[in-house]
Amino acid sequence: MNTPVPARANAPERYYNYAYLDEQTKRMIRRSILKALAIPGYQVPFGSREMPVPYGWGTGGIQLTAAIIGPDDVYKCIDQGADDTTNAVSIRRFFANVADVATTEDTGEATIIQTRHRIPEKPLKEGQVLVYQVPQPEPLRGLEARETETRAMHAYEEYGLQYVSLYENVSAYGRIAATAGYPVMVEERYLMSPSPIPKFDNPKMAQNEAVMLFGAGREKRIYAVPPFTRVRSLDFEDYPFETQTWEETCALCGAKDSYLDEVILDDAGDKMFVCSDSHHCAERRAAGHVGPMAGHTLDQDAALKEPAQ
Amino acid sequence: MNAIPGRIAPAPLLSVEGLTKWYGHVLGCRDVAFDLRPGEVLGIVGESGSGKTTLLNCISGKLTPTSGEVRFDTRRFGLTDIYGLSEPDRRRMQREEWGFVHQNPRDGLRMRVSGGANVAEPLMNLGGRHYGNMRQATIDWLDRVELDTRRIDDKPRNFSGGMQQRIQVARNLIHGPRLVFMDEPTGGLDVSVQARLLDLLRELVRDLGLAVIIVTHDMAVARLMADRLMVMKGGEVVETGLTDQVLDDPQHPYTQLLVSSVLQI
Amino acid sequence: MTDKPLIIVEDLAKTFVLHNAEQATIPVFQDLTLQVAAGECVVLAGESGVGKSTLMRSIFGNYLPTQGAVKVWQDGAYVDITKANPHEVLEVRRRTLGYVSQFLRVIPRVPTLQLVMEPLLENGVSFQEAKDRASELLSALRLPEAHWDLPPATFSGGEQQRVNIARSFIRKYPVLLLDEPTASLDAENRAIVVRLIKEALAEGAAMIGIFHDLDVRDAVASRLFEVSQFKAAA
Repeated sequence: MNTPVPARANAPERYYNYAYLDEQTKRMIRRSILKALAIPGYQVPFGSREMPVPYGWGTGGIQLTAAIIGPDDVYKCIDQGADDTTNAVSIRRFFANVADVATTEDTGEATIIQTRHRIPEKPLKEGQVLVYQVPQPEPLRGLEARETETRAMHAYEEYGLQYVSLYENVSAYGRIAATAGYPVMVEERYLMSPSPIPKFDNPKMAQNEAVMLFGAGREKRIYAVPPFTRVRSLDFEDYPFETQTWEETCALCGAKDSYLDEVILDDAGDKMFVCSDSHHCAERRAAGHVGPMAGHTLDQDAALKEPAQ
Repeated sequence: MNAIPGRIAPAPLLSVEGLTKWYGHVLGCRDVAFDLRPGEVLGIVGESGSGKTTLLNCISGKLTPTSGEVRFDTRRFGLTDIYGLSEPDRRRMQREEWGFVHQNPRDGLRMRVSGGANVAEPLMNLGGRHYGNMRQATIDWLDRVELDTRRIDDKPRNFSGGMQQRIQVARNLIHGPRLVFMDEPTGGLDVSVQARLLDLLRELVRDLGLAVIIVTHDMAVARLMADRLMVMKGGEVVETGLTDQVLDDPQHPYTQLLVSSVLQI
Repeated sequence: MTDKPLIIVEDLAKTFVLHNAEQATIPVFQDLTLQVAAGECVVLAGESGVGKSTLMRSIFGNYLPTQGAVKVWQDGAYVDITKANPHEVLEVRRRTLGYVSQFLRVIPRVPTLQLVMEPLLENGVSFQEAKDRASELLSALRLPEAHWDLPPATFSGGEQQRVNIARSFIRKYPVLLLDEPTASLDAENRAIVVRLIKEALAEGAAMIGIFHDLDVRDAVASRLFEVSQFKAAA
């Protein structure tokens, strides 16, 4: 059977428009992005399109990337911090294919980083854009089901309700136990869900040099945090905000200050802790840092992963 | 003309004038007017469909009237038509100065969060950010409405109907409102629970000097709670006066019928 | 204290109209005039049905008179109960005008002691003082202490009546209306109530009473007042 060879994205005979979405849709999304940047933390409704992946697989982030990407961009995509998971690899290939962009795993090299559930460990710089995939953009939704009511609460800055969930947390666990999707105030005005990033990453949002865009495809909302914006995690006076800490270090690179994933190794319950940010870990190892389990098979697997493009 | 000399009659807390609500061509309530003073308990009685709930909703800012004014002595703006306030100002005033006890606790409580958090929420809405202080205030209030404070973290569904109603009462009083609306607050309860709750409500109203507007179809509840009554029929107020006078010597044919229809035991 | 009458009833008329009984009208009295001074106990006389209770209730503001005025002396002026706003009537009742009815009408399931304390609490008396005075009065009325923590619903008629009396005498009302307060009491308890009434009169209270018991009536009455002389034409 004759499989048609995909045309180059920029070729006149290509099957899809550049970066998959048609130009009018991209303009519509860009207008929403501009509005979102102008009102930091405010959820802007947009006409979310059907994408070639199901809802929940990053349709919001993909549409944002499609709207802002150009041939000169260098694109990185991570899932839970890792460049080499199935979804991250597929989405990266998708944009390499439809947008003719160079891709990278190097946080420092990328101009656009699409992420699910993490902010890279390496501080972002001016000129970079971090695109978040967001399942539920409304931080108040779990407590207030009515969209009309949550919109009014945002409009009138009525955010007492968000504290109810923190209150429940302290009552149940003696501390604010929420670990991911921890709500933040943006510029002391809009309450915002940071997407389900671990609260470990929350402080990185404050005064960040990069542009941060958030896309929720199913919920049809875009919001943004422009560079150098105040972002504050909610807390109580007597239960201040705290991030997670680990007694362990990364088993492979020995990092003491990165977000660690717990990996179960066998049925006996042996486990190791490794950096969730795979590029950060690889970079440290290349620089000679060594963890207690360096040389473990998980480390060797790294050699088998997708060759750089 | 009958002001008691030597005492300056307190200015009204709430002043309702010409309040009318049409649902299309169906009348909700027509031309209702009254003043409510601080600490006064007004009962609105009448049978189902008489317009008492429409009236309550119009007065409490839940339902925009077709015409008429609802002036409330707000802390920030003085005596002001609440429908003349911007929506955020009105919502803030409602949060700060009013309470609303619903007949069905499900309408007045968040069923997904604990009883304690339900009671503490108004404090958080008003800017409370110290967990320990709010927790203590919640415990004090649960105690005050005679609930077992050890059950502070139980979900509302694990409480009986009467206890849920007590949680609702605490939630609506903890922030020190000056005016509380009650829509058949004991309506869904069996009589033994009803009596204790009524007594508790009356005590709290007296101790806190609350002004209350209570809607009920139960004449016994009206007699026990209200200082004065408004009797509604077909959307209009047909009789108004001192509670025991309206109930013991009703003047309007409808009130006479209503009072004589009460079952005796 | 004042030498003015504490109660002035002027040209009072009361007619009941029963709208749901073919507009039946029941005239009770008309042009009724009465004054009661401090220290005076006026006992309403006449057969039953003549309108004694109706007059009493009209004075209290419980019934709405058809015509005339009921003026009660409070704070150096008269308040016309028939025309005052509800909150003014309640204020007069809270501080000046007490009423002892034949029947006890209270919230069910509230303990007796608390019921008796209530009029004091409403007037800003501290909890402890209210409790002490209520206990004292209930003891004086010989209501067994075991009953104090119980609601009075299950009490005998005489016991309920004593609770009622305690609620009314715990405050020293300047004006007191007594609607057969001794009806269900035995001789000893009647004597106690007579003593309470006389003490209040000596302290300057003005009273209007209905007593069917002639001994009690003779013991407390300053004068009799025939309601029938103002009988309205049917």
